[in-house]
Amino acid sequence: MKDILLDLGLADGLAAVLANVIGAGMLATIFLLIPIFTIWVERKLAARFQNRIGPNRAGPLGLLQSFADVIKLLGKEMIFPRHVDVVPYVLAPVIMVSAVVLIVAVIPLAPTIIGTDLSIGALYFIAVSSFTTISVVMAGWGSNNKYALLGAFRTVAQLVSYEIPMVFMLLLPVMLAGSMSMMGIVEFQSNYWMIFYLPTAAIIFLASNIAEIGRAPFDLIEAESELVAGYMIEYSAMPFAMFYLAEFLHAFLVAVIFSVLFLGGWQGPFAEDLPVLGILYLTVKTFIVYFGMMWVRMTLPRFRIDHMMAFNWKFLVPLSIVQLLVAAFIWKIMPEPDLTGNLIERWVNEFPRMAVMGISGLVVGYASLVMLRNYASQQRKHILSLTTTTQTYPLAVSPTPATGQSSVIVVTPGD
Amino acid sequence: MELNEWAFIGAFFAIAWLLPVTPIVLNRILGPRRVSDKTLVKTDTYECGVETVGDTWGQIKLQYYLYAIIFLVFDVEMVFLFPWAVAYNALGIGAFLAGAVFVFLLVEGLVYAWRKGALEWS
Repeated sequence: MKDILLDLGLADGLAAVLANVIGAGMLATIFLLIPIFTIWVERKLAARFQNRIGPNRAGPLGLLQSFADVIKLLGKEMIFPRHVDVVPYVLAPVIMVSAVVLIVAVIPLAPTIIGTDLSIGALYFIAVSSFTTISVVMAGWGSNNKYALLGAFRTVAQLVSYEIPMVFMLLLPVMLAGSMSMMGIVEFQSNYWMIFYLPTAAIIFLASNIAEIGRAPFDLIEAESELVAGYMIEYSAMPFAMFYLAEFLHAFLVAVIFSVLFLGGWQGPFAEDLPVLGILYLTVKTFIVYFGMMWVRMTLPRFRIDHMMAFNWKFLVPLSIVQLLVAAFIWKIMPEPDLTGNLIERWVNEFPRMAVMGISGLVVGYASLVMLRNYASQQRKHILSLTTTTQTYPLAVSPTPATGQSSVIVVTPGD
Repeated sequence: MELNEWAFIGAFFAIAWLLPVTPIVLNRILGPRRVSDKTLVKTDTYECGVETVGDTWGQIKLQYYLYAIIFLVFDVEMVFLFPWAVAYNALGIGAFLAGAVFVFLLVEGLVYAWRKGALEWS
């Protein structure tokens, strides 16, 4: 890009600046347009999960639905409530989107295609994505609405808490690759993907990231039945759409980051020679992860807030600390294999280390699940012992007109 | 080279701000504007149909602050773990022990908070 500009007769400094701006602009715009597609995917799949058809009017298979929505929202009135605190209220959606878009800068799309390969890419990802927390607080505080403020405070509690297991598990890929640069982490995975070394860490990372983006089952931030829409309740038209866009882009980027860190990013056959293939591999991996996230979202009900905080502080954080120490220890005691031969040789040489790491991770994960199950069955026994006999509680009495008799829906404790 | 990387981030920062501002401004131009009358009900606080009672910016449940404080214990020290993780491959077994001691200090804080009941949502 810079060479083309230099050919046009621009000064060296100006050409460098322009090349940066154009590159950044292209990358950011492309990623900002992705949610228009993923929102359609999400709506269509959500409908399928619920045995509906989903959007099918605008364009083939409803593909143009999101475009119709964008155009409609552009023509909507921007309501500016009277009591808001103007500065945070106006800035919040802008900061939200910009924080999410900034993540894009360090994502390696292909061996040669990356925004910029920062040497502290992993740290940059954490730093930039926690801007969203600030934006949510600004929106909640600035809206001067009790629902919005409650939503904002829940967000702080949730995002801040789930950041701990997330960062701990981010330490492990960094440690194994010996580099914080995203490209370095991807290159490390040329033999085996990171998920084979760190299966449990991958699951913890994904779970805490789902909480970070505030999706079901962690969507307390905008629990419709309690808080209407949480922090975005006072927003309308485009500012509202910006929150919506940021949310979907963040969800997509979390899937991308997960693929980059744990599923080998652009790694795949012939990706080194053909960058397009790298992008293709990354896209396929991303959508598999995205589908998994959607599956979780459609399957699990929302947590209660005390359960959610307890799950993080009393389960995920201790588990991630144990996983960190176990993985660090085993990584240190396993001898470093010879990684100079061709792919098959490297696979064979690397296998023992990978297998021991993977098995240790699975053991940690399984042990934690056994402990969790024992705890849950204890709790269940405790609750059952409170209700001594098998009483039946009539919940609703509804007369059935056909027979004239009343049918009683009963619930027995222990169900 | 090093400077160029951050120049890119700078450009990205500017564009990341520009991208959300553009549609909002466009919306301001294209959308109808009927809020000049400040007594309109639709500029009221959106609650449940009745006028809102009391001040929003009041006291908040203490539990939220407690979680924020416990988070600080972890957040500040986790930044120090990143250099450790990057250099880990080049270091000996002593690095693991040092890291373990450091993490156990974090665990101590967590155990203390747990025992004090700071993690209970009451």
